[in-house]
Amino acid sequence: MMQVKNQVKLEFSSIPENITLARVVVAAMLAGMDFTLPDLDDVKVAVSEAVSNAILHGYQNRPTGFVYLVFTVSPEGLEIVIEDYGRGIADIEKAMEPAFSTLPDRMGLGFVFMKSFMDLVEVDSQLGRGTRVRMFKYAFQTMQAVQ
Amino acid sequence: MRIMYCNPGIVEIGVFDGVLVVRLQGELDLGVSEGLRVRIDKELDRQRTKNLVFNFRDVKFIDSSGLGLVLGRYKKLAAQGGGVALTGTNSTIDRILELSGLFKIMRGYAGESEAIRALNGGGR
Repeated sequence: MMQVKNQVKLEFSSIPENITLARVVVAAMLAGMDFTLPDLDDVKVAVSEAVSNAILHGYQNRPTGFVYLVFTVSPEGLEIVIEDYGRGIADIEKAMEPAFSTLPDRMGLGFVFMKSFMDLVEVDSQLGRGTRVRMFKYAFQTMQAVQ
Repeated sequence: MRIMYCNPGIVEIGVFDGVLVVRLQGELDLGVSEGLRVRIDKELDRQRTKNLVFNFRDVKFIDSSGLGLVLGRYKKLAAQGGGVALTGTNSTIDRILELSGLFKIMRGYAGESEAIRALNGGGR
């Protein structure tokens, strides 16, 4: 079992203005923890991408949906779970390919950035039910111990 | 350089030597990229210029939505025979530009004047 040092749960309307809020919350949680400044930038991008996906793809810009976030800090690092109850992803493997996007004028880099900037990314999705993204970033000390 | 203030706190747009210079500010995510796209495209049409410089000096954050804005303007202008140059990027932004592949199609310059000169064909 993961030893929880701090946990924050957040739920908000599926509107783009709230993406800033998600980044601010995770940044505040990481302050004073064993993360470097580039680590913090990485986590902010990953959170931004996951929440943007929930709003754009999950809820297709429908503002009445809700996005659910759980940030959990343990001695090993930071776990982020981002969930929506939107339309789900038809083909997860395809969605995770670079430059693939179902929307025009989008770069298809959301999952590429999540995978590049976090140490672990898991996606669970069901059509018509929603999508759950779980990501993990190891704390600096854990990284050193592993190496 | 004539400065037009658009959307206070988000962007500053001006024309210099026939090149549209866009000084981006703040956090470029899904929440602001669409509004910025409309403003920049309106200004490109009004100024009848096909060259654009993005200055990232005051950008605090960018994700794939912000990069989509940059790529979209590049595609639009490249189709007209114009171009996009970048300046003012820090190491964090450089890394994300590199990873996205945008640095393969656009170049970064030390300052606005270097970027403008390059878009106008070097010389002078």
